Amino acid sequence: MADAFNFELVSPERLLVSEKATEVVIPATLGEMTVLANHAPTMTTIKPGVVSVKLASGQVNKYVVFGGFADILPTSCTLLAESAVPASEVTRDTLQKRIEATQAEINKAQSDEHKTKLEQFLAELTHLNGIVVPA
Amino acid sequence: MPSLKDLKNRIASVKATQKITKAMKMVAAAKLRRAQEAAEAARPYAERMNKVLASLSAANAGNAEAPLLLSGTGKDQVHLLIVATGERGLAGGFNSSIIRLARDHAQKLLAQGKTVKILTVGRKGNDVLRRSFKENIVHYITFREVKQLGFVQADEVAHKVLELFNAGEFDVATLFFARFQSVISQVATAQQIIPAKFEAGEAANASSALYEYEPSEQEILEDLLPRNVAVQIFRALLENNASFYGAQMSAMDNATRNAGEMINKLTLSYNRQRQAQITKELIEIISGAEAL
Repeated sequence: MADAFNFELVSPERLLVSEKATEVVIPATLGEMTVLANHAPTMTTIKPGVVSVKLASGQVNKYVVFGGFADILPTSCTLLAESAVPASEVTRDTLQKRIEATQAEINKAQSDEHKTKLEQFLAELTHLNGIVVPA
Repeated sequence: MPSLKDLKNRIASVKATQKITKAMKMVAAAKLRRAQEAAEAARPYAERMNKVLASLSAANAGNAEAPLLLSGTGKDQVHLLIVATGERGLAGGFNSSIIRLARDHAQKLLAQGKTVKILTVGRKGNDVLRRSFKENIVHYITFREVKQLGFVQADEVAHKVLELFNAGEFDVATLFFARFQSVISQVATAQQIIPAKFEAGEAANASSALYEYEPSEQEILEDLLPRNVAVQIFRALLENNASFYGAQMSAMDNATRNAGEMINKLTLSYNRQRQAQITKELIEIISGAEAL
């Protein structure tokens, strides 16, 4: 049995999850990473994607997060997400809305740098759209 | 001297007013509780964000390439005042105390020959500030239609602020809002958000942990600082919201009490006058009877 550590999922509005987990998969910007207990202290940004949490009880919960960052310590893992929803509550509509909003922002963006960032974000969102919601 | 009928009407109207203020007080109390809960729920995020940024910025303190949001533009010429007030009145000194603080600040800056730009959030502040600083107001955001204050709204404000900052429109941004201390005390506060400031004490113990950064420290900092602006604004808006209902509750409580006093006074003079009239009529009857 793997060691358990504290996992917290926090959005600006409230604390969503605070439980003991044995395994957490995070969509980090540089690629997915799995966090187990006694992980080296790491700070990473996350891209829109699915966080999958294996609780100490063995139950697996999935959440969709839209950007943010993670603070990983040997004994805990804190995920600060811009917004997060349980994967079961995500619908094609909400994703589509976000995609459209980002698209609109790209059209408005002035600096190229900003535009590139947004476009990347859009690509991630579109990718997410494909995974989360079965067509 | 008003007639009996006038007095009766006035008593009725004050009673009606009292009923309204009493109802408003109760509504404010209920909303206050919800606003307080929201403010509390938002605390963990803001605290963690602050901790992370404090350690990152401490590590980046001497770095010449540190993002502008952290180190500032190096100038102190153009100031942006973000004034967050309520959408409604009837909340005692809530709106005016924030506005007064912002106005004093603006006048002080203007006296020093600095340029002042104002971004108002909330209708009340905009209405008042437009009178004296019409040409300084660059943008106005209202949440009149918004029922439940969410992060989306704060993000909207932050977006605008960052857009102005990236366009080089200002050097320093200060946020004005009412900090919620208790139901009866809300303190108008000015908080500098750009360039960002963090409590040094926290930084010292947070940086002791040796972190691995992915991607680089610099990139994380660049990613987090704009987010931090939104978080700070969100916190301010939530505090403001709680303060507003607190102020409204105590204002309406006072109003209800005053109305009660008024009713007592009016009832007293009503009774007195009724008595005087009865006495007068009695005298008339008696003296009429004696004359016979």
